[in-house]
Amino acid sequence: MEIIVCIKQVPDTEDVSKVKIDPQTNIMIREGIKNIINPFDENAIEEAIKLRDKYGGKVTVISMGPSHAEAALRSALAMGADEAILICDRAFIGSDTLATSYTLTQAINKIGKFDVILFGKQAIDGDTAQVGPGVAEQLGIAQITYVRKIEIKNNILRAERALENSFEVVEVKLPCAVTVTKEINEPRYASMKGLLMARKKQIHVWSAEDLDVDKDKIGLDGSPTQVVKIFTPQTKHEGEILDGTASEVADKLVSKLTEHKLF
Amino acid sequence: MDFSLTEEQQMMLEEIKKVCEEKIAPRAEEVDEKGEFPKENIELLANMDLLGLVIPEEYGGLGMGFLTWSFVGEEISKACGTTGLIFGANLLCIYPLMVFGTEEQKKKYLPRLAKNKLAAFALTEPEAGSDAGNVKATAKLEGDHYIINGRKIFNTNGGEASIYIIIAATHPGQGPRGLSAFIVEEGTPGFTIGQKFNKMGFSALPNVELVFDNCKVPKENLLLKERRGFRVAMETFDTGRIGVGIGALGIAEAAYEAALKYAKERVQFGKPIASFQAIQHILADMATEIEAVKLILYKSAWLKDNNQPFEKYASMGKLKASEVAMHVSTKAVQVFGGYGYMKEYPVQRYMREAKLFEIIEGTSEIQRSVIANFLLKGR
Repeated sequence: MEIIVCIKQVPDTEDVSKVKIDPQTNIMIREGIKNIINPFDENAIEEAIKLRDKYGGKVTVISMGPSHAEAALRSALAMGADEAILICDRAFIGSDTLATSYTLTQAINKIGKFDVILFGKQAIDGDTAQVGPGVAEQLGIAQITYVRKIEIKNNILRAERALENSFEVVEVKLPCAVTVTKEINEPRYASMKGLLMARKKQIHVWSAEDLDVDKDKIGLDGSPTQVVKIFTPQTKHEGEILDGTASEVADKLVSKLTEHKLF
Repeated sequence: MDFSLTEEQQMMLEEIKKVCEEKIAPRAEEVDEKGEFPKENIELLANMDLLGLVIPEEYGGLGMGFLTWSFVGEEISKACGTTGLIFGANLLCIYPLMVFGTEEQKKKYLPRLAKNKLAAFALTEPEAGSDAGNVKATAKLEGDHYIINGRKIFNTNGGEASIYIIIAATHPGQGPRGLSAFIVEEGTPGFTIGQKFNKMGFSALPNVELVFDNCKVPKENLLLKERRGFRVAMETFDTGRIGVGIGALGIAEAAYEAALKYAKERVQFGKPIASFQAIQHILADMATEIEAVKLILYKSAWLKDNNQPFEKYASMGKLKASEVAMHVSTKAVQVFGGYGYMKEYPVQRYMREAKLFEIIEGTSEIQRSVIANFLLKGR
């Protein structure tokens, strides 16, 4: 089974107190924030490794990003992925989700053979959840999003797809694309042997020239999304502290909520 | 002098810090409270290949040195003292096997220990503590087997370990010169686990009595030679002191970090207590002592890795680290005030744990004698 995992390197925003936006440029201040693999993508890598260990085959991890995204790919190799490809070129700068999924699609076409393509359900920086489905559309293959369980039998992938209060079971023929949630597994820690081996492995770097891409569909030119402004929403209201005994506070709270038609 | 970490060490430590922060540290309180062996932690370490850190690659390990071991041990002990000590006690069996084991013994045991099995080293008996040569357990050669009889106490990792190194007298009544070292596997007929010791701290650290009642051990399980058991023990302890010192260092660092954080958050007289000079001086002393002891320990590990005499420094490091851990953890409780005495906060645990380090692997008094002995001989 040939498995491809698309991952993204993102700033570690888990500690929200460290995330600051420059008020002049409205760009996130990156100093002091480390880069990590998008957490949902770690689940995708873990699932890919599990599927490979169960059904055999190979796990190829690809990432589009600046040269430092190599670190994310090395982490994936340390976890147990077999090969890593970095799609990196100045021509890709400014890509929105459409241009990104187009570029990834062309990279996947260059790889050629695949049975399953895994993604995290979304990236924690942009939170769009569009690239996985975008790639599936452009490749013309089936897609299942928000997956919390995968089984493969006789070329059929059966997935549990998480909905708000329930889940649905979906079956598709391979090849297909799947985006996964946190519930699907617990990503492993890299073994030291894995880490040391990953250090020595070659990461293939593909530029725009290496891919069969239409110049109008990549980078800023290929991105219909234009970011007009990024800003930190102002907190308009101060919080209110209700005084009194527990039952007095409860009464006050209920009347406040009723007043604002929230209860 | 180069104090920078290699790229390899940095990568490894990053992953180890992650697992310590995310998994091992959050369980530490529960581990102590329940007093149950932290199986999940050991499995994590095994899955990450860390149990075989210093075991040569040809026997399935990573073939790293003791300096790297020290960095790793420090992080683990900082996150969970119990897990750190289990990791450290393992070394007391791995190391003598590596150094004194025959090719057959190494091939047989090291790959298991590199994979996921735990190990223990047993010398201490009711009448053989600091007087380590006064071992009463006996081993008598009968045909192809040694018959071991006797009891070992305070055995760390005992009951959870698969492989033990046991010191017993092949020539009873001849003191240190009559002792020999044996490899004994769990489940060997005549070898059972006796009482479990109820400790002031480290409640989850396996520590038991080992009972040998006509325990039949194959002749080829003799380590090194007959009458060389005391040497095996002493050389094991020399290296083990680095490990024990590192364990104490981890506890001291955890106590200091807890005190620093609390001092910044705790408000009295309208200000965080960290703004008061009395508290600042405590924190400054803690950080300074920790830094100093770290340097001795790292130096001893570095010397060992570079095949230079390290024993004196290992002893100094163990002595100082355990006393620093005791001092820093006691002061950490003081910084926390009343809350520090309560079980909800970890500093009381650090204080209970720190005390052990002044006793095990040679008491502070024995360390001073060892160090003085080196000094007087001009070494």
